[in-house]
Amino acid sequence: MPDSFPATPVRGTSTFHHIVRLERVDMTFGRVQALSQVDFEVGRNEIVGLIGDNGAGKSTLIKIISGVLRPTAGTVWVRDQRVDPSSYSVRRAHDLRIETVHQTQSLGEKQPLWRNLFVGRQIVGRFGFIDVEKEKEIANQLLRHAIGFRGQAITADSTVRDLSGGERQGIAIARAMHFQADLIVLDEPTTALAVSEVRKVLAFVEGVRSGGRACIYIEHNLAHVHEVADRLVILDRGKVVRSIKKGEVSLADLTTQMIALHEGHADGSA
Amino acid sequence: MAARESLIARLLRIEGLPITAVLLVLVALFMLIAPEVFLSYRIYMSFLANVPPLLVLAAGLTLLIAAGEIDLSFPSIVALSGWVLAYCIHDHQAPWLGLILALAAGALVGFLNGILVARVGIPSIIATLATQFLWGGLTTVFSQGLSYSLDDIEELLSWKLFVGRIGPLPVQCLWALGLTAWLWLVLNRRRFGEHLLFIGDNVRVAEIVGVNTKREKTRAFTLMGVLAAFASVLLTLENKNFFNTQGGGYLLEVMAAVFIGGTSVFGGQASLVGTVAGSFIIVMVEAGIVATGLQGFWVRAVVGVVFLAAVIGHLLLQGPEKGKTRVRLLRGKFGLNQGDRP
Repeated sequence: MPDSFPATPVRGTSTFHHIVRLERVDMTFGRVQALSQVDFEVGRNEIVGLIGDNGAGKSTLIKIISGVLRPTAGTVWVRDQRVDPSSYSVRRAHDLRIETVHQTQSLGEKQPLWRNLFVGRQIVGRFGFIDVEKEKEIANQLLRHAIGFRGQAITADSTVRDLSGGERQGIAIARAMHFQADLIVLDEPTTALAVSEVRKVLAFVEGVRSGGRACIYIEHNLAHVHEVADRLVILDRGKVVRSIKKGEVSLADLTTQMIALHEGHADGSA
Repeated sequence: MAARESLIARLLRIEGLPITAVLLVLVALFMLIAPEVFLSYRIYMSFLANVPPLLVLAAGLTLLIAAGEIDLSFPSIVALSGWVLAYCIHDHQAPWLGLILALAAGALVGFLNGILVARVGIPSIIATLATQFLWGGLTTVFSQGLSYSLDDIEELLSWKLFVGRIGPLPVQCLWALGLTAWLWLVLNRRRFGEHLLFIGDNVRVAEIVGVNTKREKTRAFTLMGVLAAFASVLLTLENKNFFNTQGGGYLLEVMAAVFIGGTSVFGGQASLVGTVAGSFIIVMVEAGIVATGLQGFWVRAVVGVVFLAAVIGHLLLQGPEKGKTRVRLLRGKFGLNQGDRP
């Protein structure tokens, strides 16, 4: 049946092995080598936990995948097709259905929630004017159903600065969910969250897998990643040092290993 | 919750309403003190003839300030574009060519400002301070320091079209209000405007959500250049005269109009309705002081008082919300927020 349709490389219907693959990627900021010769890939229905110390290069890696940063060297493949680095951008990543929830602030503080949900992908009418009513309507639905802000005085017109840390994270995740990505990148999504909200995020990650989509999950809390990830990739000082399949290592062993890595740093710098 | 919101809270959310109320109170006050002037329509026609250049400049600057940038070079664009227009009319009897070249000169200067700020990375307050000197100085060179008197231009179609009169009504006020309405739509209903708001809010966030910040900033400066040139066209035609320092007096008045209107100096938020009210307040206080019999020397002092009162008023209006956020943040630190309860 797919033969009767023209090929649409952007949609997830075509066959591919990896939703995203990085080959020998380098990233330098001035004299600092943030990533060196990194090979990294995510299967089409895989949850990859990315772990490592502060400054290991996790955020840099996902900024390259989400189009915020351009690598100094190396190749990026999306759905097994090579990406032209000069035209790769946040917008292009969105077109390729890659959504990112950044660790750093990714919402405009003084802007209403409806603008924050749709900025960069505004719903516009025939003459190029933003369809405010429609954006607000969808935003209100998302707030009520997807995020579950029930009974609270948060509407599409609320500004971000009126929200708590957990509520902000909820908005950022809802934005990624709404646009139905094939790959969702979560950069420490539970940092600002209360225990009950962390459960919601983990359930969301599970939902990504059962929905046949992929996820890169960065998390300091080893118990959380160990629980949901199909594979764990350990970054250390800009290099991939290990890739572990689910079940190969117990949480206790993983913790011991990570502490050993960390102490290795302390020895090295002493 | 929203339904139970008080009437006052809802009214305060209407864009520019408080400052428009201040404008109306001022008008009423002047009517009481100087009824012979402020109860006749002539003074209002005079406002409508004199506010437009100020308003066009202030509306353009509102967009730039919304994006967290500033342009100090527009007085020089007013001078340069005015000279281009005056030269074409005076020496070549070519008003339409002059109009096009004047707007093109403004666009070019604005575009160069944009390049200096967005691509070279010079902070806009410094870059445009420098270009203010550059283009102001070059205008003096081009004009040889002379002023141009443009007699008999009232017969020109271009004069009638831009600064003529419909009955007693000066046409330029339609141009200025129309342009401001269009800029309101650009800021609040176009992608470009939304991008400017996010850039002004937090440029890193703007980049993360996919805004091409360099391109949008350059576009904003170019737009400001064209608007400054158009303000200059209105001014030069209305005065029937060009002199090479004709933009100088606008710098502080235009900024005052924007800030009196309630636009935040920190970017990310702007009110064009407020800018309209602010522009009229500036011009009206000047005329009003003189009409009430106070010496003209008082004008600037009174503008200063109104300015401070307006800014403090805007702060107080925003106050409750900001206070609430601080309380929330503090409560969050101690795990007391609603969502944190088990």
